[in-house]
Amino acid sequence: MAVLSVEGVRKAYQTPQGETVALQNISFSMEKGDFYSLVGPSGCGKSTLLSIIAGTLSPTAGRVQVAGETVSGPCPHIGYMLQQDNLLEWRTVRQNVLFGLEIRRRLTPQMKERADRLLETYGLAEFADRRPSQLSGGMRQRVALIRTLAVEPDILLLDEAFSALDYQTRLAVTEDVYRIIRQEQVTALMVTHDIPESICMGDKVLILSGRPAVVREELPIRFDLSERSPLLCRSCPEFGSYFNHIWKELGMYEAHESARSLCEEGGPLGGEGALPAAESTP
Amino acid sequence: MHYLRQNRRRSLTVRLCRWGFLAAFLLAWEVAAEWEWIDSFIFSQPSRIVRTYLSMGQNDLGYHIRVTVGETLAGFLLGAAAGVLLAILLWWSPFVARVSEPYLVVLNSLPKIALGPVIIILAGAGTRAIVFMALAISLVVTVLEMLSGFRDTDPGALRMARTFGATKGQIFRKVVLPYNIPTLFDSLKVNIGLSLVGVIAGEFLVSRAGLGYLIVYGGQVFRMDLVMASVIILAVVAALLYESVALAQKLIGKRFGQGS
Ligand SMILES: Nc1ncnc2c1ncn2[C@@H]1O[C@H](COP(=O)(O)OP(=O)(O)O)[C@@H](O)[C@H]1O
Ligand SMILES: [Mg+2]
Repeated sequence: MAVLSVEGVRKAYQTPQGETVALQNISFSMEKGDFYSLVGPSGCGKSTLLSIIAGTLSPTAGRVQVAGETVSGPCPHIGYMLQQDNLLEWRTVRQNVLFGLEIRRRLTPQMKERADRLLETYGLAEFADRRPSQLSGGMRQRVALIRTLAVEPDILLLDEAFSALDYQTRLAVTEDVYRIIRQEQVTALMVTHDIPESICMGDKVLILSGRPAVVREELPIRFDLSERSPLLCRSCPEFGSYFNHIWKELGMYEAHESARSLCEEGGPLGGEGALPAAESTP
Repeated sequence: MHYLRQNRRRSLTVRLCRWGFLAAFLLAWEVAAEWEWIDSFIFSQPSRIVRTYLSMGQNDLGYHIRVTVGETLAGFLLGAAAGVLLAILLWWSPFVARVSEPYLVVLNSLPKIALGPVIIILAGAGTRAIVFMALAISLVVTVLEMLSGFRDTDPGALRMARTFGATKGQIFRKVVLPYNIPTLFDSLKVNIGLSLVGVIAGEFLVSRAGLGYLIVYGGQVFRMDLVMASVIILAVVAALLYESVALAQKLIGKRFGQGS
């Protein structure tokens, strides 16, 4: 049975200027352990969709089911990771990791132990009693991920969770996060505006159309690798064709915008695609 | 290393100059009064002020200081507590906040000392009126300052808390309040001074005891030595009160740093 199923979700915002239909009709489902990427033109309603799945926003029509139950209100099965790490400076790293458990009133000794184990496993144990400001950007984002995983979510939602990081850090953090998510066997849905990232991380890329959004395509991603990692994916021959495919699909909606961002990155297959490939070719 | 040493030497010079200025000022005052360049009956004289302290007797002076400090602390603590509670109420209910906004603005710009006679009639001509005065003077500022601090809480931190399904109460206790500990201390630092203003104004009006009473009394019987002595003690008391709040901020507030 699907862990997450989104059925005919529609969302219209009422504003003083009138109605904005953000999501037209969104349907898809995810099995346990799936990792989907979600791409779409900016402003098409990706964040809106995640908020609806998390239950912090209610859909105008349609419904979301998590583990067979219809979501109505903040859903305890879901962990949500935002663009900023939003670590609280007056708490130590460990106390930050326990924040979600405190909020959900699940701060038992077992859960504390689990949180400590997560810190240990992902190389943060020695920083557990430090303040967030003493950590690097990449480490902070890892702490934010562990804070989210500490509440044992069945589904992890990531909303452009790495876009605040600089490029180098970002590559390293996606590598870490991918490993953590796979190891913990969490079902993950990741919004990104970075096409290479969507290909490297996802088992499937959901391509949304411009507003009002529908799922335009579900593109399965397969690499001929014995053990997949985001960095290795970038050097695979399939990478380029996936990139061009998504690029074309999105290009129909935001040719202008993507072209601008790609010029900055050095072309569709230069920049982000080619750089790590040169370093990590087996 | 060189830089550090230079820095230390400079701050030593600053301290020397400060004390030097005070000593020069007192000396000039003493000499000018002694040689009758100024009328020591009106301007008093350091040696006469010292003699006044000695003749006032320890008990008497101590009593007046205790009265003023006690009233100030009472007004300060009540004003801070009531101010923070009201700010919480206004943060909690945007409706109440919108309704009360014009009243707060008017009350904030009204010189609270003008309410003195009203307060005395309501609270009686005694300690209660004086404490009330101190409270009135610091209350509205606290409310406005804390409320704007609460509202400026990092929206990212609030969103993060909501992703875990935090209730409004949890958001307040675990995000908004700790985030605003620095705001609270900033407001306390201003309030301790304001409360003292309220207490002195109250003592001027009610005139039973306290440093404000000594100043008014000294003025009425034309004993400028007493007035000056009281003003100097008041300055010391004000500085000590402010420093204790600053110290508390250092001890408690350091942990909270700049919330972000
Ligand atoms: N609270 C809101 N009220 C009105 N319109 C909104 C609101 N939130 C988002 N929108 C609109 O809905 C559309 C989708 O927003 P969003 O989900 O943030 O897009 P994305 O994350 O894909 O960039 C945008 O056009 C935005 O202006
Ligand atoms: Mg968004």
